[in-house]
Amino acid sequence: MSECKTAKRGRAWFEALTGKDGKMPDGPGSLMVAEAALGNEPAIFVGLAPDPNSRFPRARNAEVGLEEGFYGTRALRQVMAEDADKPVKRPIISVVDSICQAYGRREELVGIHIAAAAIIAAFAEARMAGHPVIALIVGRAVSGSFLTLCAQANHMIAFDDPEVLIHAMYQDAAARITKRTVEELNKLAEEIVPMAYDIRSFNKLGGLYRLMQVANPDAPCPQTLAEVKDALIQAIADARQSSRDDLFDRLETEGAKTYRAQSIKVRDMMIEQWNQA
Amino acid sequence: MSETFQEQRSYIEMNARQRARQLLDPGTFHELLGPFDRVESVWLPKQDIVPQSDDGCVVAKGTIDGEPAVVIAMEGKFQGGSIGEVVGMKMAMAFHLARKDNEKGIPTRAVLSLESGGVRLQEANIGELVIAEIYSELVALRKHMPVVVVIAGNTGCFGGMSLAAGLSSYVIMTRQARLSMNGPEVIEQEAGLEEIVASDKPFVWSMCGGAQRYETGAADVLVEDDADEITNAVKELFRKGQPKVQRTDQYELYIKRIAAMDTSKQWMPEDIRKVWKEIAQ
Amino acid sequence: METMNFEYPASTEVPKRACVGVVASGDLEVLLQPSKDSKSRVTIQTSVLGFKDTWKSVMDWFFGQYTDAADIVIHDAGATPGTVVLRLQQAVEESRS
Repeated sequence: MSECKTAKRGRAWFEALTGKDGKMPDGPGSLMVAEAALGNEPAIFVGLAPDPNSRFPRARNAEVGLEEGFYGTRALRQVMAEDADKPVKRPIISVVDSICQAYGRREELVGIHIAAAAIIAAFAEARMAGHPVIALIVGRAVSGSFLTLCAQANHMIAFDDPEVLIHAMYQDAAARITKRTVEELNKLAEEIVPMAYDIRSFNKLGGLYRLMQVANPDAPCPQTLAEVKDALIQAIADARQSSRDDLFDRLETEGAKTYRAQSIKVRDMMIEQWNQA
Repeated sequence: MSETFQEQRSYIEMNARQRARQLLDPGTFHELLGPFDRVESVWLPKQDIVPQSDDGCVVAKGTIDGEPAVVIAMEGKFQGGSIGEVVGMKMAMAFHLARKDNEKGIPTRAVLSLESGGVRLQEANIGELVIAEIYSELVALRKHMPVVVVIAGNTGCFGGMSLAAGLSSYVIMTRQARLSMNGPEVIEQEAGLEEIVASDKPFVWSMCGGAQRYETGAADVLVEDDADEITNAVKELFRKGQPKVQRTDQYELYIKRIAAMDTSKQWMPEDIRKVWKEIAQ
Repeated sequence: METMNFEYPASTEVPKRACVGVVASGDLEVLLQPSKDSKSRVTIQTSVLGFKDTWKSVMDWFFGQYTDAADIVIHDAGATPGTVVLRLQQAVEESRS
């Protein structure tokens, strides 16, 4: 797994899926939003890409920063408003390759936690309003990027590829904070699956809808693109069939039964004790 | 002198269980998944770390101002108030069950007392998944009933739980508390000293402490470290009902404000206060 | 982390269960509840290795005075013997309050 903190795939996949650059008239250069056909219906695609000219110097490498959070929220809220009275809501596809949240003084002074919360609420409420929300994880989805851009989706699809990374924290920083070496962390990860950095280990936890083999994840070719679109269409259909308004279907998976047994125990005991109290 | 004068009791010095008891009406505290249920982290002992019997989170049902309520109180001293599998799932389920009760016509209130350094790195990716489940349930619950967050102690509120505070309907803070997505040490490490000098405590507090957060609208109520004052503030917010606008729906206001700021220079806390005052809606 | 167990004879009953303390540096959590027979059992998990003799002498001393039949669980994060005794006494007090 490469620790290189760049996010190059987001734009390539966004443009391949939509045929557009996704630039919003008055939004930041990092944010891509466009409507494009997916199967036999229009879908909304959102994504982030590096913007070396960003006004915010700590958000130039496809980080989730203030502008990404607030303008992304505006875009999603607009889609929800347009579809509010429609019986069938457009699917929302979050194309994810974002290295993490933006670390900076300006960000904290404004309250990046509010920018991040705003887009989380928008994704969650879109899902609850009946928009199928699918996260397509083509590259990095670390920490705040995972929480904001992926995790509120009905379904998460990730590429089965060493450059795909979902984690709470990059390994160098995790080593510093837990006062361990990277080698020690790797050794621990062999036993402690939730600490592992490879996407196959993440997939064991039962949170992903699908881990997808793709021929050339860096540069989408027509055949791979068709496969990815098929996977998205299938995920959208499954999301529409479900009557759930929560994310707890992630606990019904075989992976969760093995690795999140304690989550399941807490869920069951909480229900039992709540009803007795 | 008033006859009702009572000695001020510190909320910060209370542990999580005492805080949950404090926020509920006297005599109504009923703990769920308490310490004797022994539902502990299975991941910490595998890493030679001693677990705590409640995993650092107390969930209790009871009443607030006579209305059905649930309080979720984190223990900041255990593993830095980190979100692991059990603590996170207790929180997600407390919100979920409160929401279900609201949907059934039982108007249940929820208070979240936060002391959190962020996700528990020893349970990393399960923590991330559980935090997403917390957010989903918080967003679903706040439609029915305000969700009140209290941030009081020196641990502060960082990482995943800062976003939970962002999602909540109301935030109550003390001056001692901090609310920030990235901790100052992490920012210094990742972005350098020109962003933040983490050891400069007065600056850190001026940036994300309760007073600044209150002045700039990220917190709704600023309180003294007084258990009864905090309890009353919680009651008042529930009496007030839903906020006019959820904080996460104020994106147009935030867009206007950040567009007005000059990003070619570094900012000071007073720059934010000034622009926030100038662009109030 | 080290785990150890001790057992002592007991004669009286624990009125109610009690939980005190936090697993935080220099502190410990004590859970105390009635045992099912006339014995007391202590299970200790501690983050500090190599102090089994000290734990034994603290427990011997404590159970020299305490006669309730209790199951006690201790989660320790490096507390001093003084703090351990204090927390045990608080747990006993709470179990009788």
